Amino acid sequence: MLEQFTFIGVFLLVTLFISCAMVGLSWVLRPKRPDPRKSEIYECGLEPHGTPWFQFKAQYYIFALVFLVFDVEAVFLFPWAKAYSLIPLYAVIEGVLFILLLAVALIYVWRKGLLEWM
Amino acid sequence: MTQQILFFVFGAIVLGAGVAVVTVRNIFHAALWLLLAFFGVAGLYVLLEAPFFAAVQLFVYMGAIGVLIIFAVMLTQGIMKEKQLPFNEQWWMAGLMAVLLLAVMVYVIRQLPAVTPQALQWDSIDLLGMAFVHPQGFVLPFELASVLLVAALLGAVTIARER
Repeated sequence: MLEQFTFIGVFLLVTLFISCAMVGLSWVLRPKRPDPRKSEIYECGLEPHGTPWFQFKAQYYIFALVFLVFDVEAVFLFPWAKAYSLIPLYAVIEGVLFILLLAVALIYVWRKGLLEWM
Repeated sequence: MTQQILFFVFGAIVLGAGVAVVTVRNIFHAALWLLLAFFGVAGLYVLLEAPFFAAVQLFVYMGAIGVLIIFAVMLTQGIMKEKQLPFNEQWWMAGLMAVLLLAVMVYVIRQLPAVTPQALQWDSIDLLGMAFVHPQGFVLPFELASVLLVAALLGAVTIARER
């Protein structure tokens, strides 16, 4: 089993190397003539205003919470889906029941209008 | 041999990132270091031949919990204040507790009988999936987990909306 993870390990090392090489090479190759205009923070071409360290809206947090719940749901459903061909029909229905219960939560959040960006 | 080297590499990642979490001045950077520590733990799970746990670690901890912690940090008012070392006069008590916890864990682990690893007959994820829905298995906890997740979501939304 660990042999299969060798590929993931090689992949990780290559990604690490490429991202370091991109930053490192551009640091080595670039001309170093800074002026205040150039060393401004790049913000999609717009002029940045204010400090980036400000308090964000609480609504981000609700999105993260909803995401967390459905992430954990996926963790429970993955083994069930993997064993799909090995389990009888009523066991499949148990899984569907699991999904339906959580769908109620999604409908609740939706109806409350929390998925709308305010 | 390679496994032992990898174990020490991942252990060093977890420990180093963990130390960085409690010593960096910027709380946002502490959250990013925590994600690196989660990654190291995922690597340790791979070495324990528990690929499902490793995937869950990446998926839930680095993914969802990481996003949640970073958003929580972004919501704090202290992020605008002067950066300072995150220590107060109770640091020695926390250190003492950590050492005590380590001692208890070492004691408990030493009590356990030695386990010899055996090859599994079945794919462990298939086994887990069948156990989740088997009547003699964990079908009740499985469905209750769904109810628990719904309750957690409703409670969290109710608390987070109050403003």
